[in-house]
Amino acid sequence: MFRDVAQMIAFALVMKPFMTLFIGLRVRGREHLSRSEPFVLVANHSSHLDTISLLSLFPLTRLRRIRPVAAADYFERNKFVSLFTKTVFNILPIARKNITTENNPLRRMRDALQAGDSLIIFPEGTRGSGEQIGEFRSGVAHLIEKMPGVSVIPAYLVNMGRSLPKGEFIPVPFFCEIRIGAPLVLTGSRQEITKALEAAVRELAPETSENAASLEK
Amino acid sequence: MRMGLLVLTVLVVASAVVAVMRRKKPDKDFSELSARVRAWWIMAAVFFGAIAVSNRISLIFFALMSFWAMKEFVTLLKTRPADHHALVLTFLAVPIQYLWIALDPPWYGMFIIFIPVYMLLSLPVRMVLSKETRGFVDSASQIQWGLMIFVFGLSHMAYLLTLPTFGQTNANGRTLVLFLVFVVEMSDVLQYIWGKTLGRHKIIPAVSPNKTWEGFIGGITTAMLLSLAIRFLTPFTIPETLLVSLLITVAGFFGGAVMSAVKRDFGVKDFGSVIPGHGGMLDRVDSLCYAAPLFFHYVRYFHVD
Repeated sequence: MFRDVAQMIAFALVMKPFMTLFIGLRVRGREHLSRSEPFVLVANHSSHLDTISLLSLFPLTRLRRIRPVAAADYFERNKFVSLFTKTVFNILPIARKNITTENNPLRRMRDALQAGDSLIIFPEGTRGSGEQIGEFRSGVAHLIEKMPGVSVIPAYLVNMGRSLPKGEFIPVPFFCEIRIGAPLVLTGSRQEITKALEAAVRELAPETSENAASLEK
Repeated sequence: MRMGLLVLTVLVVASAVVAVMRRKKPDKDFSELSARVRAWWIMAAVFFGAIAVSNRISLIFFALMSFWAMKEFVTLLKTRPADHHALVLTFLAVPIQYLWIALDPPWYGMFIIFIPVYMLLSLPVRMVLSKETRGFVDSASQIQWGLMIFVFGLSHMAYLLTLPTFGQTNANGRTLVLFLVFVVEMSDVLQYIWGKTLGRHKIIPAVSPNKTWEGFIGGITTAMLLSLAIRFLTPFTIPETLLVSLLITVAGFFGGAVMSAVKRDFGVKDFGSVIPGHGGMLDRVDSLCYAAPLFFHYVRYFHVD
């Protein structure tokens, strides 16, 4: 309860105003997020702003049901960081190393979806330079295998890695954009699903992704 | 007050004209024009709102304009990852530049050299510390150019606000800002209208195909005549008002032309989508970036002792 309220306050007073007034976030395809059933939101990853901006798209009351899937070894590296990421972002921490049946990432993700929560997953597995998308890992395909029919929403994030690159702490207010595609129901082998997903995200990228000239019509 | 009525009249007339044109020629598309007029209503409301409340609020308003314009410019640049810290410094310079104006009394000496001297010298130093030499000159010069035009240039409009009442007149810095913005923006609009209706001979087709001699001469002449109607906002005589209007409208014209060239270089049609039908902030303030410093220095040289 305390955490729910703390998250709402953080987003209402800090995250959302920051995204609108400082970053000047633009959104295309917001209508694809209007469904209420659980979904898996999948995007390219180059910045801590990725998670914040995606979460800022949702109304405060829906926020608690959106869980960014995050590496436990990074986001739970100490008590303070752990408390912060759990409270403000409500992350779903998963293990990247020493996986046992206990901490199996797939099980935790499936449990969350079955409980009615939605997930945000960055299938590259880590933040890239922002200039190119890395190869997608197969986690989402494994998840779909366990939960066939779950809807997957692809999104492409523009300029986040320019505003706040890996290793930096002060953001530069480049205009950023989120481009959301239509929800997909993917079938086939793991490899096919992973390929299709990567293609769906890439397809949303602006034509000349090398700089933000692409933000314009 | 009188100024507010005048602007209100202009806007009402503009809206009426668009409505009439729509009814007369229902088959033609006026969506761009009516979007422009609607945007002017909003911009005029925000601008007068800010000016009416206090100088402090206007100052913040102008600082935000610089911030937003700089955001649009920098987003379009091909910046390098190594420029990150220099860019943080760049955006930090925006509030600092306006801070010199907000001081009581305003610190003119610092206002006039902070960006041309201190930022000019310190930005490259911050970039050197990032240890990437490839593209160094490109980045350093582009970022400094943006600071000069959109922060240093525009901030002259804010500095005007601080000027006290002139001699025996009712004019002060605040009324001069109204005069400047009204004349420059009216000239922009009138050049557009004259160009659309009578424009034949292009001035600089390679840069901006919409700029014609007919639009230029017609727009500037009508804006100069209109400026006489608001002469009460200034300490100027009639010939001087005409001269100053000529100066700022011609400067505004070149500001627009320069920003057109910048857009051509970036390969974009307009600078963003902040104001519907108007492109971005840069598309609105391009003329003021040029007109404001010239107007300010004219007033300071001839009317401030």
